[in-house]
Amino acid sequence: MAQNITIALAGNPNSGKTTLFNALTGARHSVGNWPGVTVEKKEGKVKYKDHNMIAVDLPGTYSLSPYSLEEMIARNYIVDESPDVVINIVDASNIERNLYLSMQLIELGKPVVLALNMMDMAEKRGYKINVEKLSESLGVPVVPIVATQKKGLKELLDKAVDIALKNIKYSPNQVNYGKDLEKKIEEAIQMLKTKTNISKYNLRWLALKVIEEDEVVMDLLNLKPSIQTQEELAVTGDELLDDYESLIADQRYQYVSSVIQKCIKKPKDAALTTSDKIDKVITNKWLGLPIFAGLMYFVFWFSINVGEIFLDMIDESFGALGEVAEASLEAAGSAEWLISLVVDGIIGGVGAVMTFLPQIAFLFVAISILEDSGYMARVAFIMDRAMRKIGLSGKAFIPMLIGFGCSVPAVMGTRTLEDEKDRLASILVVPFMSCGARAPIYILFAGIFFPQYTSTIVFALYVLGIIVAIFSALLFKKTLFKGEQTPFVMELPPYRFPTLGGTGISVLERVKGYLLRAGTVIFSASILIWFILGFNFTGMVDMEQSIGASIGNFMAPFFKPLGFGSWQAGISLITGLLAKEVVVSSMAVIYGLGEAVGEAAMEGDVMGMAGALKAAGFTGMSALSFMVFSLLYLPCVAVIGVIKKETNSWKWTWFSIVYTTLIAWIVSFVVYQVGSLLGF
Amino acid sequence: MNKTLKDLQPKESGKIAKVLGAGPTKRRLMDMGVVAGTEIYVEKKAPLGDPIEVKVRGYNLTLRQEDAKNIIME
Repeated sequence: MAQNITIALAGNPNSGKTTLFNALTGARHSVGNWPGVTVEKKEGKVKYKDHNMIAVDLPGTYSLSPYSLEEMIARNYIVDESPDVVINIVDASNIERNLYLSMQLIELGKPVVLALNMMDMAEKRGYKINVEKLSESLGVPVVPIVATQKKGLKELLDKAVDIALKNIKYSPNQVNYGKDLEKKIEEAIQMLKTKTNISKYNLRWLALKVIEEDEVVMDLLNLKPSIQTQEELAVTGDELLDDYESLIADQRYQYVSSVIQKCIKKPKDAALTTSDKIDKVITNKWLGLPIFAGLMYFVFWFSINVGEIFLDMIDESFGALGEVAEASLEAAGSAEWLISLVVDGIIGGVGAVMTFLPQIAFLFVAISILEDSGYMARVAFIMDRAMRKIGLSGKAFIPMLIGFGCSVPAVMGTRTLEDEKDRLASILVVPFMSCGARAPIYILFAGIFFPQYTSTIVFALYVLGIIVAIFSALLFKKTLFKGEQTPFVMELPPYRFPTLGGTGISVLERVKGYLLRAGTVIFSASILIWFILGFNFTGMVDMEQSIGASIGNFMAPFFKPLGFGSWQAGISLITGLLAKEVVVSSMAVIYGLGEAVGEAAMEGDVMGMAGALKAAGFTGMSALSFMVFSLLYLPCVAVIGVIKKETNSWKWTWFSIVYTTLIAWIVSFVVYQVGSLLGF
Repeated sequence: MNKTLKDLQPKESGKIAKVLGAGPTKRRLMDMGVVAGTEIYVEKKAPLGDPIEVKVRGYNLTLRQEDAKNIIME
């Protein structure tokens, strides 16, 4: 008989939850080796034997206090949605801290099954874990697994099903908090029995939360915090008088330590792990920063140059496709406008964006390797002091790096920041990180106007983005978000060798996203552009009389001081709002229409646009200014959407739109005017 | 003056007597296992001198000097 069973996956960040989730559901979610990869809960179906199960991947948390958004998501899910069973993934190589969360999960009162992950790593590090004894001490089932190799999953699901269907008894042992605390817990339980609206909660858990004065629980019960806030405690000067919150945490850890002592043999002296040795070099006092800078430069050099090998291939195939399409449409006697739509509009527009796919893909490969290896967390470690100077936490650097891939996940990644002001400031500066979609614009222009220095120019643009982001963060911190510094307490996970499968999945995911955009947004945009460039309200006209040209002409004076006051540039930038790659599509359509693609067969001529762009009045200086503007001006609609979603405020969304445009104009203006004055 | 975690040099270790302070930072430190009675080992300082990296309960953690100041050592 089929029955729906809901399984919640909970565990510390980096304990392998997402890997287990993927292994169970066959889904492909990208996994990174830095805390906070899963910022939203994800659901997937699992079919096992004759059971239909729904697995829910909760965000990784260290605790269940109402401390950050992610912890609240995890806790609320377990309390409110009442899953049939909670699978708690525990990193066996880091078991002590992981069990702290397990104790809290058990206290919530929902049935828990412990999945002891990374047993192989634990053994390698010399830990000997007695699984039966651990299960006995905790009173919950414990199943050793290796999620990456899909080992132990059957046993895990068997146990989960047994527990969910109550085939086996579930009787967890509770933490003993010592005489004084236990007395208080008992008092609180008695008090809670008089309340009515709490039937779905576990009484002991609720009692503990009342003693801790957990804000959310206090609100729920309409209780006022007692006189002794932590600040007041500090003022009393009695340093030994501790608040209950710390006492509870202390006791819980002591309990965990006692369990560990019974069930686990630790290696006598912790030998330096390979991870420690790598870390000695990578975050070394003298080498740390140069290695970081070098790695970043290498990432761009690698993706631009290796990608270029494939660029011509794709370019030529789309050229050939265009010719074939044109010939066959002509042979079929199609109308001229249809040929123009297919060849110039669709193949030209989509092809222009596709040309850059290899370079984007290699950029994704590089970012994904950095994520998987554990280097991202070190970046936060290395950069924290510098980031603090601009009023942000080192952790804010991670979303910024993600922003080099795409601003959408980067804006979402700011959820790992606990402080609301920090988060808002990061959301506002992340779009200045040059995303992958902007790269085609640089590669096109830098390739044509600065063929000898393409990768240097591209690198410089990325650096410029960072500088503007830093400047903006400083500005915001001094004006909009005054306040104290935000906490920075972060785990540095062990380095892991990125697996081909893991990197493959996340690159595939992202490339798929890019292709999907090329197939949908850019496809439609190309048709739209073709239309507005070929028509006005009277019908099909020359491009100069088209709607697009009118819009472009209207915008041109705005761009003139920046060096590119042509209607072509204006309309390209406006269409770029759909997705920044579309700027290149538009240019391909605009200049492709005038100049048959492939005719201007210069060496390394992307889509035959070099001659056309030069003829259209672009100089080195105005090309540079155009690239700068493309880098900084307002993000694409997808990013604007996610900013609205994450800030939950139109005010900040509009602020972002206006601010980015203003900054883009000013910086481009300075670049062009100063450059021209200097005689470039 | 009590000795704090901030006073420990890289490669030195000690036992935590008490964690002072309040608010989210203290809460987070406790959740991460930095509580009284815990052995803590200072691995290194970041290249810019701050934050520091410590080993506690068998894993690596980074925190800032100003927060390390609130961790009193035995």
